[in-house]
Amino acid sequence: MEQTEQSKSRYGMVVDLDKCTGCGDCVVACAIENNVAPAEQKATERTGITWLRVYPVTNGEAFPAHDAVFVPMMCQQCGHHTPCVSVCPQNAVEVDPTTGIVGQIPQRCLGCRYCMTACPFHARYFNWWDPEWPAGTEAQLNPDVAPRMRGVAEKCNFCHGRLHAARTRAAAEGKSNIASPAYTPACAESCPAQAIVFGDLADESSDVARLSKAHDTFRFLSKLGTEPKVYYHSAKEWVRKMADQSPAV
Amino acid sequence: MRFKGPMLFLAGILLALCIGWFAFPMALYKSEPQPLQFNHAIHTGEQNSMTCEMCHEFAADGTFKGIPSIAKCAECHSAPIGTTQNEKTLVEQYVTPQKEIPWKVYSRQPDNAYFPHAVHVKKAEIKCEECHGPHGSSDHLPVYQVNRISGYSRDIWGHNISGIPSHPWEGMKMDRCVRCHAERHRDDSCLDCHK
Repeated sequence: MEQTEQSKSRYGMVVDLDKCTGCGDCVVACAIENNVAPAEQKATERTGITWLRVYPVTNGEAFPAHDAVFVPMMCQQCGHHTPCVSVCPQNAVEVDPTTGIVGQIPQRCLGCRYCMTACPFHARYFNWWDPEWPAGTEAQLNPDVAPRMRGVAEKCNFCHGRLHAARTRAAAEGKSNIASPAYTPACAESCPAQAIVFGDLADESSDVARLSKAHDTFRFLSKLGTEPKVYYHSAKEWVRKMADQSPAV
Repeated sequence: MRFKGPMLFLAGILLALCIGWFAFPMALYKSEPQPLQFNHAIHTGEQNSMTCEMCHEFAADGTFKGIPSIAKCAECHSAPIGTTQNEKTLVEQYVTPQKEIPWKVYSRQPDNAYFPHAVHVKKAEIKCEECHGPHGSSDHLPVYQVNRISGYSRDIWGHNISGIPSHPWEGMKMDRCVRCHAERHRDDSCLDCHK
């Protein structure tokens, strides 16, 4: 493959679990931004679609030692042997060479759900029903994101529609490239506790690169060696230990 | 008869070819009238010397507005210029009541295609004509034909049913995007052009 003139970025995220209050704003903002339809009546926790889901986790101790955290869990954007990419028979998942974003192409997906089985983070979802919006609410759909159809898998792509918009804006302003990353995903933008920091991990001067290397920063299931680009931070030791237990949470 | 079998076979082949090449396209596409006739040549010709961008503008955020709104038309056509029926219809039915003209768009793409005009026109400096052909110098709108199955314009597939374009600008399918990107050595990912 030819080398491009574009710089190689590695978009990533650091979520501070000590700041997260579990309010769920990120979940709502994500669904609205990415045209995730209201859940079907028959949908369960397993069959509904939440690109970003907040899991409550406790340390299992009795009062007064009891403690809990909320873990916002989205696609962890694995950078090495990306499990969903390697199992997909359709080449419907790929790692963008310029951003490192793991992209899902619904039009190629045949709905076999291997990727969902392979994903160690349960961050992939399947459209068991055609997406339906209550009459009149279609007007609030985000034109930068195409709705998916029944029978395909989907997942977080770091708000790729916003990346498109940033690129369009940069080109219109005559810039040859966007300032990396030049946009903020909906979850990070909506978080009232500012627990989510997004940016380019390859840019050493960025907040996200600095935070990803900070003390007490960890990744979920790092023992699998998939090199996720979503980092978490917590000063609590039991939280960090929990991160490498299977299942994820 | 000695060659009855082969003759019947050839006749069957001929019939199938006729159906495939002539009857099928006729059945597949339906012609739909545009709400108005539009003469690009009058606007872009010597008399007015307008450029494409004067009407087909970019918005402040860099997105392409596509077909201009009626407010753009009203900048010049607040009153009829000339006496043609089209001009009269334009002013009476659309400009005065400030109603948008329900044009049928020849280049309308599926929802999942992301085509940033700004990147192609401003950054890569590709001329409008390279993709849209000499549309700007035409004196009438071509017949709009819609694919009964997909609902998209025939201009997306191209007018030749074989899919082999008669002009370089004919057809607006993904293979054309891919070919041009490959020539320019673009290291693309699917999500660069899909959303």
